[in-house]
Formats: sequence, structure tokens, C-alpha cells
Amino acid sequence: MPIKSYLVHPQESKKHAVIEMLSRMQQCDVVVAENENILVLVTETESKEEEANLKEALEKIGDIKLMALVSGFDTRKKI
Amino acid sequence: MYTSLQTNRRDFIKKMAKLSAMTAAATMFPGIIFAEEQEKGIPADTNLDWKKAPCRFCGVGCGVLIGTENGKAIAVKGDPKSPVNKGLCCVKGYHSIMALYGSDRLTQPLVKKGNTYIKTSMKEALDLVASKMRETIKEYGKDAVSIYGSGQWTIPDGYVASKLFKGCIGTNNVEANARLCMATAVTGFLTSFGLDEPMGCYEDIDYADTFVLWGNNMAEMHPVLFSRLLDQRQQRGVKIVDLATRTTRTSMAADKSILFNPQTDLAVANAICYELIKNGWVNNSFVEEHCNFSKGLTKMGYGLEDNYQFTDKPEAISFEDYKTFLEDYTPERVSVVSGVSVKDIKYLAAHYGDPNKKVMSLWCMGMNQHSRGTWINNLVYNIHLLTGKISSPGNSPFSLTGQPSACGTVREVGTLTHKLPHGVVNNKENREFAAKIWNVPVENIDPKPTYHTVEMFRALDRGDIRFMWIQVTNPMVTMPKLKRYRDAAKKEGRFIVVSDIYPTPTTDIADVILPSAMWVEREGMYGNSERRTQYFEKMLDPPGEAISDTMQLIEVAKRMGYEKQFYYKDETHIEEIYTEYRKHHEGKKHNLAPLEVLKSQAGAIWPYVDGKETKWRFNAKYDPACSNGKDFHFYGKKDGKAVIWQRPYEPAAEEPDKEYPFWLGTGRVVEHWHTGSMTRRIPVLHQAMPHAYVELHPEDASRMQIKTGDKVKLTTRRGDITLPASVNERGVPAPMQVFVPFFDENMLINDLTLDSFCPISKEPDYKKCAVKVEKV
Ligand code: SF4
Repeated sequence: MPIKSYLVHPQESKKHAVIEMLSRMQQCDVVVAENENILVLVTETESKEEEANLKEALEKIGDIKLMALVSGFDTRKKI
Repeated sequence: MYTSLQTNRRDFIKKMAKLSAMTAAATMFPGIIFAEEQEKGIPADTNLDWKKAPCRFCGVGCGVLIGTENGKAIAVKGDPKSPVNKGLCCVKGYHSIMALYGSDRLTQPLVKKGNTYIKTSMKEALDLVASKMRETIKEYGKDAVSIYGSGQWTIPDGYVASKLFKGCIGTNNVEANARLCMATAVTGFLTSFGLDEPMGCYEDIDYADTFVLWGNNMAEMHPVLFSRLLDQRQQRGVKIVDLATRTTRTSMAADKSILFNPQTDLAVANAICYELIKNGWVNNSFVEEHCNFSKGLTKMGYGLEDNYQFTDKPEAISFEDYKTFLEDYTPERVSVVSGVSVKDIKYLAAHYGDPNKKVMSLWCMGMNQHSRGTWINNLVYNIHLLTGKISSPGNSPFSLTGQPSACGTVREVGTLTHKLPHGVVNNKENREFAAKIWNVPVENIDPKPTYHTVEMFRALDRGDIRFMWIQVTNPMVTMPKLKRYRDAAKKEGRFIVVSDIYPTPTTDIADVILPSAMWVEREGMYGNSERRTQYFEKMLDPPGEAISDTMQLIEVAKRMGYEKQFYYKDETHIEEIYTEYRKHHEGKKHNLAPLEVLKSQAGAIWPYVDGKETKWRFNAKYDPACSNGKDFHFYGKKDGKAVIWQRPYEPAAEEPDKEYPFWLGTGRVVEHWHTGSMTRRIPVLHQAMPHAYVELHPEDASRMQIKTGDKVKLTTRRGDITLPASVNERGVPAPMQVFVPFFDENMLINDLTLDSFCPISKEPDYKKCAVKVEKV
């Protein structure tokens, strides 16, 4: 049950496109900075495999310049 | 930010993950705002009761809305109606309500018996405090009892403390921790203008073209205000110049970062004035019409010895004398001592001198915690006075405060040894005026100030003070040269009462610990950096037997026989106190807004005259107290003129030498409020900044083979401490300098600092002493 958070740096003037794309992904929760070209992304997946697939999908988004992992948690038990 | 403690573990982890990322973002982008997040986190299906309050942390004084449900605060958001923050909040503001719910809140009074603390009732504890005070006065005299409060005191707390000690008991042993942070700003204002507090307001930010930050890491210490600067840059292309001794997040976000050697800001400011005159950038008509020139005593010492006394002797000088004095401060000469290039000195002077540019200077601890702090405050005013860039929208020398009510309580109520709510104790008229409102014989008020903070703790050590009541502050973390004062407090025959909300190193030295109601668990007011008084109502019940500091003082006053002066009723005491307090400031120069106004809006700036705030004091266009018929009137001075001071550069009390070759400076971090007693109990803030560290310059670190995380031993003439190193992380000190934050009670850097102070303000210099650095 991995939960991870990232700082996402969109390409110049692509912030809105990135927000839209990420918001459509079920496992993603986005927090948008008002005054900087940056987003906080929190991902929540059911398994390590799903997590790896999501990561791959995120890496394919061309409008994202850089994604930096900030924290990762793995809640083993279902609660 | 939604901060309910009842969420399930998975939600909690998700939130932690989110907040870690937000905190990381704040590290990289000072002033970053996640406003939308505040709203998003708030549960939709709850029936929250939203009420306004000023934020509990920091002198910016942001307006927040607190959502309560079933007697619990469960959400906070920025108040969009507050002109201070316009709906924004920083990381501390978002998490402020979590500070109410730490698991080890003090809920019951504790009395020390031998080596243990025994739980007791509030009634018994207050009886004991009152009887101890009476006994001490009987045995050692009234000047053996003292109170040490705080810029986090609400206005009513400070007011009743002053009334009890100065008006009723008759001792001027009233001090507050603002002596450690704002006393210099006060003496700076008083010497230059005759009246305390900034002439402008935060709205200046919307008009200024250049911002010069004098030793002020605004990105971390005043984050919401700094975001307003960044916002202006985005909108209008304003310039932000960071002038400091250390590279910080503020320097990284500024348009230009200029580093100077510690203490040499004095020389740099004089060099700017030299350039202004040389280049013909002086506003001659303003200077002729509105300014005098003066000089004071020099080589005043540093207050290192007990019972140190100093009184300045101002002497009038001419503009010509002043110009001659400045000949020693050519950019070329100053460049050598300060390390600032000639080009950068000229760059700064050109910004101040350009008649088409509005300039705002901002400062806080860098200029105030300075052994020549009053001087450097004067010198920055000189720049604004010479150019006439003052008291008008966007032209504003602006001294920021650290604490939520350093201005409102300590400076305005006057909880310092020499002060009264209106005026000073050594002025007969001021004493008569206060005595009348306090309903005490005027003879009760002692005309002689006693001890400023450092001297008060020295008096405790010597045994001149036997009883000390400490409220809302943590001096056993914050006093410089701490070991002496910690040992003093533990001496036989001293009785210490501490009112607080959590255990701290200061409650460790207490004989009685009183649990206090915190912030919105009681009713009160704070006054922020821009003269804005803000009211908050009681929204929650305090835990256990905790009561407000105001009530603790009232109850003790009544037990000591002062029922007549402390006539306030339980239900209405805050209103009664505020109404009484307002009388001290009646008139166009300092009138405070009535309580109904404070209740109905996000505070009001004083002087509040005929239903209107005075945003720019001393400017006849905005300030109804101006009465000289001219465009400006500095009415704090008898002749209506401000003073341009001749103040030289002098070295610090202790400078690096062969044995202790580095400079040591101390300060704060964005995540923690001062000594961390509240913010270290907020998991996400604690996790983001779990312990103190020592920052080194990368060149020094590489020469000494020190990497981030390595243990480093710091030694000064006062003691030593071992901390983990931080290299090229958040802040980067200049070569041969180290920086340590003071929030961590497990790594008490103040055991190493020096208790030298500004002879005029008596504020200690926490930014400069000599230290040896070794890899362990
Ligand atoms: S800037 Fe200061 S007043 Fe504003 S939210 Fe942050 S801590 Fe509170």
C-alpha cells in the first residue's frame, strides 16, 4: 500500500496541462502552488506493481520537466 | 489546512506525505503559497463554526479563520478579509491549531516539593504564589519580586502585569522577552523620531520599487510578507536586495545578494549616506525643513559587567559637521572593512538616491540583536531622512517584529522596566496620568527604572531578586550566556513561578508551574508590526485547570489585597481591561480602535482617529495629528523635526582571534516558533526540522574534511557543544563564520553565546561572538 509524495516541476507554461493530466489519474492527488511553477503530487496505490506502473506512466508525461521524490511510506496493513 | 486528529492512519500518512512535500517546496521556493490546499483539506460534511483570530505565531499578524466543531479546533485557513495576508498562510499558520493538542499539555498546577512536582489545585497554587510574593516583599523589599513576560502575552496579560507590579506593588521589575528582540527598534525610533513603531504599514509593499533587506531572512521569518514582495516582483518587476552576513533562502530569492562582514553594516550605511551627499541625491528642502543633526557618545562598552550603566549625551551638530564625519566612510575605505565591493555600495546608494524610485528598508533581528543596534537603526533612518523617502506610500523604513504582540503588548502597553503604557516612569506627568487610570497613589509608581532583562537575571544570580514570575516565554533556552542564568535560577532562596502550556527547560527550574490557556482558549488581543491591533474571542475551553495568564495575574492581585484595582468581572474582564487600557492612549497620536471595531474586522491600525486608521504617520496628508502646517511633522520631537545621527562604526564585543577563529551567529528556522516548545510538538514540523545543526561554509568544511551530518564541536569562552554539520543546505554562512539555530532545547547554543548588549537598548547581540570549530 505505497504512499509517495513528489515535487513536480512542469515545463514552462504547462502547469495547467500537467494539473489536468494528473487530476485524471485515480491514484494521484495534486496540490498546486499559487505563486510558483510547481506542484505537490501524492500518489496512493494498492501494490508495488501498481506503483511501478504509475511511475512509468508519470515518466511518460512530456509536460513534466522534473519529478523529485520527497517521501515514501508503505502501509502494510489495510486499515 | 485540515488538522483533525481523528483521521485514520492511512489518511494521516497521506497528509504527512503531502506536507513533507509542501515543506520541501517551501525550502526551495521561499514564500510559496498553497492557498487552495487550505480549502481542499477541510471536510465537506462537517458543520464548522468559523471564527477569526490573528495567527498565534510571528509578528506578521496574519488573519486566520479557525473552524471548530464539538469544542475542538479542527481546521485553519487564511482569512481572505485580512489586509495583512489576504487569505494566505505559512507552514506555521497552517498547523497552528495542532499546537493546542500536544499530548503533554500542562493541565494542572504543579508545586515542587523536594525533587518532585506535586499536583495541586489552581486555587492552592495561586494562594502559594501570592503568599510567596508577600513574604519576599516583606523580607527583601518590593524590588526583590519581578515578572518576566513576553511579546506573546496578549495585550490584557501585559496590561494587568504592569498595573500589578508597577502600579500596585510599586516595583519597576517588569520586563519581557521583547527586550531580546525589539528593544533596539524602540530606542532607534525614540532617538530618531521621539515615538516608537513604524510610520508606515504593510501597504507600503504595494508601492515600493526597491526593497532593501538589512540582515533580515524574511523568507523564513516573515514568509507571508515575503510572498507579498515576490508577488509585487511578478506584477511590477520590483527589485529585492538582500544585504546580509549569510546566504539564506531570502538571498536566493532576491534579485541581488550582498554579503558584509559582521558588525560592518554600520560602515556600509554611513558609506551610502556619503554617496548620497557626494552625488547630490540629498532632498535638501526636506532635510532643511524636517531634520536636525546630532551626535552621541562613542566607545560605550558592551555591558559585559554587572550593574553596567550608560546614558547617552546627545549634542547638536551641523550638516557640515556631519559631512566631515562621513569623509571616513568613502566606499573605498568601507569596502576594505565590510567586504562589500565599492560597486555594490554605489549600487545601494543609487537605489536609495534615485528620485524616481520608492524604497522600503526592512529589518528585524540582524539590526536589533546588535551591540550597536540603536546606532544601525539610526543610520538606516538617516538614509531615508536624507532622501526624504519616509512616511509616504512606498517610502518606508520598516522594522519588523518577531512575536505576535511584541508591538501590541510589550511596546505599546510598556512592559519594560522604564516604561508605562503612556510614557516613561521617570516622567512625573506620565506617572500621574497612569496612577489616575490605575486608581493608585502616584507615589506607588517608582520613578527609577530597575533592571533590563539581562540585568534582571544577573540580579537573580546575585540575590537582589528573589522571586520571579515567568509567563509565555522560555528564557532557559533563550538567554545569552545561558549557563550563568540557569545556575542562578536554581540557587537556594530563589522562588520561580512559570506559567506555560507545555513543559520546557524553564518549567524545569520552576517552584510552581501554572498551566495556561493558550491563544483562542481565551479572549484577547495582539498588536502586530504595522500597528494593527487584532482581537480574538474565546473559541475553546482550555484543558484541565488551565486559565489565562490575565486571570492568573488578576487572581494573585486580589489575593494580595488589590481588589479595588482588579475589579474586573470574570465574564467581561477582557472588555473592561481593554476599555481601561485605551484611556492611556487617547488622542490623535495613539488612539486605539474601540473593541466593537476590532470585533467586526481583521483589526485596525492605530492611531485610529474619527473612525479611520492612520496608515502613514507624520505625513500631514494622512495623519490628523500633524499640526505644524507643513507637509511633514515629526511630532514625537518637541521641535517637530527628526534627527539624523552621527554614529560611527565600532567593532563587536568579541571578534574572532587566533584561539577562537570563527564568528558564531544564531537565529531561527521557518518550521519552528522560537524555542520550538509548541512547533516541536507538531509532527510534520518536527519531522521537517527535527534538530539543530551547525552551518559551515563549503570551503571551511572541505578544508576541515567535514561533511553534512558529521559531528562538529563548537567552543567559545562560555562553553562547548557538539552538533551535526550542515554544508550547502538551507543556509550558507560566509567563510570563517558558522550559524546555529536556537530552537532545539537538546542543543542549547545559548550556553555558548555572549551576553554583550547595545548600551542604549540593552538588547543582547546574539549574532556575534568568537568560536572554535573542530571536527569530532
Ligand atoms: S507569516 Fe507569521 S503570522 Fe503569518 S501565518 Fe506564518 S507564522 Fe502566522
